[in-house]
Amino acid sequence: MWKTLGKIGSIGVISEPAPEPDDALRVAEHLQDEIRVLLGRALCIRQVDAGSCNGCELEIHALGNPFYNLEGYGIKFVASPRHADLLLVTGPVARNMELALRRTYDATPDPKLVVAIGDCGCTGGIFGESYATAGRVANVIPVDVAVPGCPPHPSRILAGILTAIRATRSG
Amino acid sequence: MRRLATTLEDWQSTLSDVAATGARLLALWTERAPAAVHAAFLCDGAALVVDLELDYGEMTYPGLSDLFPAATRMQRAAADLTGVSALDADTRPWLRHSAWPREYKPLAPRSIDYAGDGVPPPDDYAFVRVSGDGVHEIPVGPVHAGIIEPGHFRFSIVGEKVLKLEERLGYAHKGIERLFARTKLDEGHRLAARVSGDSAVAFSWAYCQALEGLARCEVPERAVWLRALALEAERIANHLGDLGALGNDAGFAFGLAQFSRLKELWLRALDAAVAQRYLNDFIVPGGVARNARDDLLKRLSDAARTIGNEAATLRSIYDEHAGVSDRFVGAGAVAPDLAARLGLIGLAGRASGQALDLRVDLPCAPYSELEPAKSGRDEGDVAARVEVRFDELTESLRLVREIVERLPPGELWAELPQVEEGARGIGLVEGWRGPVLVALTAGPDGYVRRCHPHDPSWQNWPVLEHAIIGNIVPDFPLINKSFNLSYSGHDL
Repeated sequence: MWKTLGKIGSIGVISEPAPEPDDALRVAEHLQDEIRVLLGRALCIRQVDAGSCNGCELEIHALGNPFYNLEGYGIKFVASPRHADLLLVTGPVARNMELALRRTYDATPDPKLVVAIGDCGCTGGIFGESYATAGRVANVIPVDVAVPGCPPHPSRILAGILTAIRATRSG
Repeated sequence: MRRLATTLEDWQSTLSDVAATGARLLALWTERAPAAVHAAFLCDGAALVVDLELDYGEMTYPGLSDLFPAATRMQRAAADLTGVSALDADTRPWLRHSAWPREYKPLAPRSIDYAGDGVPPPDDYAFVRVSGDGVHEIPVGPVHAGIIEPGHFRFSIVGEKVLKLEERLGYAHKGIERLFARTKLDEGHRLAARVSGDSAVAFSWAYCQALEGLARCEVPERAVWLRALALEAERIANHLGDLGALGNDAGFAFGLAQFSRLKELWLRALDAAVAQRYLNDFIVPGGVARNARDDLLKRLSDAARTIGNEAATLRSIYDEHAGVSDRFVGAGAVAPDLAARLGLIGLAGRASGQALDLRVDLPCAPYSELEPAKSGRDEGDVAARVEVRFDELTESLRLVREIVERLPPGELWAELPQVEEGARGIGLVEGWRGPVLVALTAGPDGYVRRCHPHDPSWQNWPVLEHAIIGNIVPDFPLINKSFNLSYSGHDL
């Protein structure tokens, strides 16, 4: 017990400041600014791997570490789409996952946001479209923000989430 | 690498002989034009591929599942992709759900680019039913409750006790093997690195090994050592992540906070040394893509030492924590004799008395010089898989420091000689999860004809179904995490 407490005490708070939202990541406007601002105060995210290689998931996991400290912004991952405000979707959408992704989207209550993560989520990436993949996430459900990278850096993923919930500068 | 050509007459007797030596099934794949079956084994301390070429018009062969139970799903997947089918009892589709018709075989020659036909309907898979008083089912997935890859688990339970778990995988199937056949040989390493993102180094190295083998390319010494550095770096990152997640799944959030902090420190040290947090595309045909400056490598080595010291403290905290031990010890146990019979392999195998590590038992350069220590336990429970991870983390951190110390100077890359059409190569690398195999055949004009990347998760997923029997449902996330098998690497 003392060892555990000693470890916690000796490391202290190491969380870093959040990255700036980046309007360049925005691909579409589906929500009014007022709603975005409300969601931003306590955002619940449902992550959906629609067929990724698991590389993006590793960097999404990193958001929870003490450096990026996602929960420090009032943002948390939830276990059901019915509790979620935002879907964080990775992968080229595997055709075997297409129905599950659509159902997850439908099960998420309005108003909702979708952030596509990674080169595959943005464009289909190296996998493209084929008998097995439907390509980018936007081919299957509406996407608000897309964050490229293979995999994207955690601070870029965080910037993408913050972009989605922030009111557009132009209003 | 030995290859043994068989005919339909001596196929089964050859396999019986192979099985009698206590061989391990490494992979099974099929191809068309001509129709053929290939099974790779680790047999008497060497890799062996048994090839069976079928007569014209012949599309079936006697299966291996009586001798090697792990072959069942590989055979079903192969039948979905090429139509070359085993005569074993279980003929349910595996990778094919409802997205493309049964007649469509993506790896058949001259098959069309099937583009799909609307949203695929729900898939009615024939799960094995368990009946009896009070027995009911819990379906889980394919969208899971955490940040996890997609897959479906069907639990048949009484109260909280699991009577049977049946897995349904294939949700992350991306058509990788068909894509390979449209990829140039000298670009295939990029696709290989994306078979399973957490094993990018292992797959790209295995692919390059196969290609360099068939092209007779000599990789410069410095590049070989840097490849080993990358592979150990990948093992360290994954083990740090898993050790934190396992603590968390046992209700000890402190473990997740600490290990995720160490993992981030490690990724940042890698980023500083080689300008990448995850080393996909670091290994390229003929060598490595980038050099690393000596002073930055020295810092990486220092980070390895610091992380090693901190991990040792955390290990003692895990060991002394009664609540953590209570969850770890005895959960999801796979006894060594069951592990041997089912062909459990890699890290999970080593925790169940299957002392096999290619870095030690079949070392490629530079492991023959590095002589890594092999870790092993016999208990086969979650605690044993945690112990093996701690041992291997410590050893990999030591290996990184030794590699940095001994890294030879020289070229990073060698030109790939002209490749002959039809040349075949095998790459075999001990990834963090276990042996990763890539079987490669060259096609015309510098393209891949056939490439089968094989993750050890194929062998280990069926064993997880046994590990959970008799445990309670709430322990499943912990037991599953202790195996941490790949979905994408398996679904292809």
